[in-house]
Amino acid sequence: MNKRIFLDPLFKNNPVSVLALGICSALAVTVKMEPALVMALSVTLVTGFSGFILSLLRNTIPDRIRIIVQLIVIATLVILVDLILKAFAYPISKQLSVFVGLIITNCIIMGRIEAFALHNKPFPSLVDGIANGLGYGIILVAVSFFRELFGSGTLMGYPLIPEKWYVAGGGFYENNGLFILPPMALIVVGLIVWVFNARNAKNDKKAWNK
Amino acid sequence: MKGIEKIVNRIKPVFSKGGKLGFLHSTFDAFEAFLLVPATVTRKGSHIRDCNDLKRVMIVVVIALVPCLLFGMYNTGLQHYMAMGPGAELPGFFQIFWYGFLRVIPLVIVSYVVGLGIEFTVAQIRGHEVNEGYLVTGMLIPLIVPVTIPLWMLATAVAFSVLIGKEIFGGTGMNIWNPALLARAFLFFSYPAYMTGDKIWIDGFSGATPLALWTEQATATQPMPSWMDMFLGFIPGSVGETSVVCILLGAAILIYTGVASWKIMVSCLAGAALAGLLGDIPVHYHLVMGGFAFGCVFMATDPVSSPQTETGKWIYGALIGVLTIIIRLFNPGYPEGMMLAILLMNTFAPLIDHYVVAVHVKRKMKRIAANG
Repeated sequence: MNKRIFLDPLFKNNPVSVLALGICSALAVTVKMEPALVMALSVTLVTGFSGFILSLLRNTIPDRIRIIVQLIVIATLVILVDLILKAFAYPISKQLSVFVGLIITNCIIMGRIEAFALHNKPFPSLVDGIANGLGYGIILVAVSFFRELFGSGTLMGYPLIPEKWYVAGGGFYENNGLFILPPMALIVVGLIVWVFNARNAKNDKKAWNK
Repeated sequence: MKGIEKIVNRIKPVFSKGGKLGFLHSTFDAFEAFLLVPATVTRKGSHIRDCNDLKRVMIVVVIALVPCLLFGMYNTGLQHYMAMGPGAELPGFFQIFWYGFLRVIPLVIVSYVVGLGIEFTVAQIRGHEVNEGYLVTGMLIPLIVPVTIPLWMLATAVAFSVLIGKEIFGGTGMNIWNPALLARAFLFFSYPAYMTGDKIWIDGFSGATPLALWTEQATATQPMPSWMDMFLGFIPGSVGETSVVCILLGAAILIYTGVASWKIMVSCLAGAALAGLLGDIPVHYHLVMGGFAFGCVFMATDPVSSPQTETGKWIYGALIGVLTIIIRLFNPGYPEGMMLAILLMNTFAPLIDHYVVAVHVKRKMKRIAANG
């Protein structure tokens, strides 16, 4: 059971490419791979622990004020993540700027709490939150891989395309400026959604035939 | 002709379903339709018969583009030799043309090879027929890029526009945006240095196009060309867009054959002329600068991405004209407003159609209610 809770959000029910949640930040922080990784990690922590804590509290929260309680827990975690990043990874925190604070508005977190943590025991909620965060992270890393490689010619900050290839170095190559701009992120996310849909459709067909 | 027909008929069984190379049947169909009139007939339903099929429409547009292409070749050579310096003597007509020809032809070849390659491959994978749609796009793309664009960039842009702009939406006739303009937009945002400004004319001469000159407030490093020069087209610019005379020639062909909508052209012109009154550039300059005339005649009138209703065409054309001038006047970052205006209005074309039809239905209902 726990295995399915963990594996489903990675591919079959991926929060970004299948459920279409959290797309805004997937467009905003994926210009470079490093901030995307940090962002994915932060979101994973917040989804995991907010699910865990709210699942512990699920029987004591009155139904009418549950959204406020959820927000308090999420906001606390987000502020913690923000402060930790500022303390230990200041340059990346600077790069991510406002988007760390905006994790609180990430639809994945609230969505998983409402849909899963409020009806399940703490441990499965923790697994579910972490798995959804990782599913989000997979998309972020995939998008930022293409955007950084084609847009800046680097990966994780290391130049991947030889200096000699560039026009400035006597070659012919130029970086593609469109990959730095948000529209290309949308197109790359769209292509990834396409791949996921095609794959899921094939699996569904197989399951149907069984 | 008879000989070709014989050969085609002999190898036909190999490519039809169940034949040895049956999986290639859509490629075979495409070549058969290109060489001969295929014998396939409609089997059911009633049809209006017309000799004007998709192939013929496309060929008419390509013919209308030929004057622009030929002049573009000559102008490329001319700009090259003029850039040698004011004192240098110009060589003969044919030498100028030959130089331009050698520079432009690779663009055309790359555009067709890459675009048709993708089109054939996708048709094969899907088992569809190969469509004629790319014939026009493949001709338009080399005409709206600067002649100095590196060929691999052009190939990337063509691949992007055919795959993302067309095939994803279902192929020819299904695209939301004009594929040729999408290729240009891709280049414009991906490699801005190659699309505008100094790198357009190499060979020791770095000069801006007249449109860029206006937006830089004519810093007087270079004299502004006269209106007549811009009308005739002896100015730097993308390959096919400089000469308004040749574009008008193309427009005449398109309107006479009924292939493109004259309503869009007229309303586009009117919209631009009206909006042009806002700025301090004389209106008649706007109409001959940059890609306005070319876009107005060949791009805005694309039957796939423009509205289908007649009222919608008036609205659509006028908004393109107005938006172009507004972008030119108020957004110094993007001197060429025509591309952006057309792409934006392409997006809204279905919406315009929707409301034109809705208003029409409402009016009819009112009339019925009043009468009965």
